[in-house]
Amino acid sequence: MSLLRTGAAALLVGSLAAAALASLSGLQRADAAPEAARVAGGLRPVSDFAQIKNKEERAAALFEEAGKVLQSPRCMNCHPAGDRPTQTDRMIPHQPLVVRGEAGMGASGGLACTTCHHEANFDAAGVPGNPKWQLAPIEMAWQDKTLGQICTQIKDPNRNGGKNLAQLVHHMADDELVGWGWHPGAGRTPAPGTQQQFGELIKAWVDAGAACPKG
Amino acid sequence: MAAFTLKINGREHQIDVDPNTPLLWAIRDNVGLTGTKYGCGVAQCGACTVHLDGQTLRSCSLPVSAVGKSEVTTIEGLNSKEGGAVQKAWAALDVPQCGYCQSGQIMSATALLELNPKPSDQDIDLAMNGNLCRCATYVRIRAAIHAAAKSLEG
Repeated sequence: MSLLRTGAAALLVGSLAAAALASLSGLQRADAAPEAARVAGGLRPVSDFAQIKNKEERAAALFEEAGKVLQSPRCMNCHPAGDRPTQTDRMIPHQPLVVRGEAGMGASGGLACTTCHHEANFDAAGVPGNPKWQLAPIEMAWQDKTLGQICTQIKDPNRNGGKNLAQLVHHMADDELVGWGWHPGAGRTPAPGTQQQFGELIKAWVDAGAACPKG
Repeated sequence: MAAFTLKINGREHQIDVDPNTPLLWAIRDNVGLTGTKYGCGVAQCGACTVHLDGQTLRSCSLPVSAVGKSEVTTIEGLNSKEGGAVQKAWAALDVPQCGYCQSGQIMSATALLELNPKPSDQDIDLAMNGNLCRCATYVRIRAAIHAAAKSLEG
């Protein structure tokens, strides 16, 4: 009987581990972009846009460049249109099922973000983390929206956490959870460029009048 | 290697491990409490679930160096009234098949009832869906959680 139990337990460990590892290796393959592709997908500096004399067009072009970050999976995954975050570069539904809940940290009494995500990335378990880890509120949903719609939304204090444009620049350039996008832990493609370059693009966009791309 | 003091089930344990060691292995290998199980090591199966300051935690997902002064509760130290009710319901309904995942299931079920004494089926699904059971005891798990909730009504 004891032998049978031990055998069953061993089989279980094996099958659970194999299933999870197969799933993880799938995630890592999908997530890791080659370094060359990542660098090629970097951000153009603000100086590249000085040649655009029309201020509105320059602002829209600057936002389109910053949009490479906003629309990267590292940012979009936690700005879902529904209640469930996505994950990996393919933006598949988060496994296991978690939902936003009232505070963006999971359903009350349900599975909380903090059950697995902690203050820092833990590469040994392949789990990302940050002290501010949580889902964006539903009014900040970006998935299924055009860049122009995201731009309009980002400027709207009713949908950006009550920020004016100066606070928005500060948030994009300095917030540590935003900054996680460039330091996402092993096996994940970082957001393009650097947070500093991204902050400079957003500031230049604001300085140019914060016009939004069409569409 | 570095020295850490872990408070587990109300007792302090001194251990000397690599700071990056997952809490799971400190609990099992260094403290010797083997009720908490290793299933996947990547926070995908829930077999290693413990409570950290009363909240569910996948113990494979947290390095020992990040535990600090938090209190860890494992299946061996589960003595809340909700924990007792869950374990009684588990036995009454004969929930386990092979049993391997069940300590994680019980830890998650207990945390659910501590926060939500009368969970709906949807509440149960949202709380328990991260705990896999390869024997597919899910129907009995749900029934046992309802039974435990009922027993706690007084």
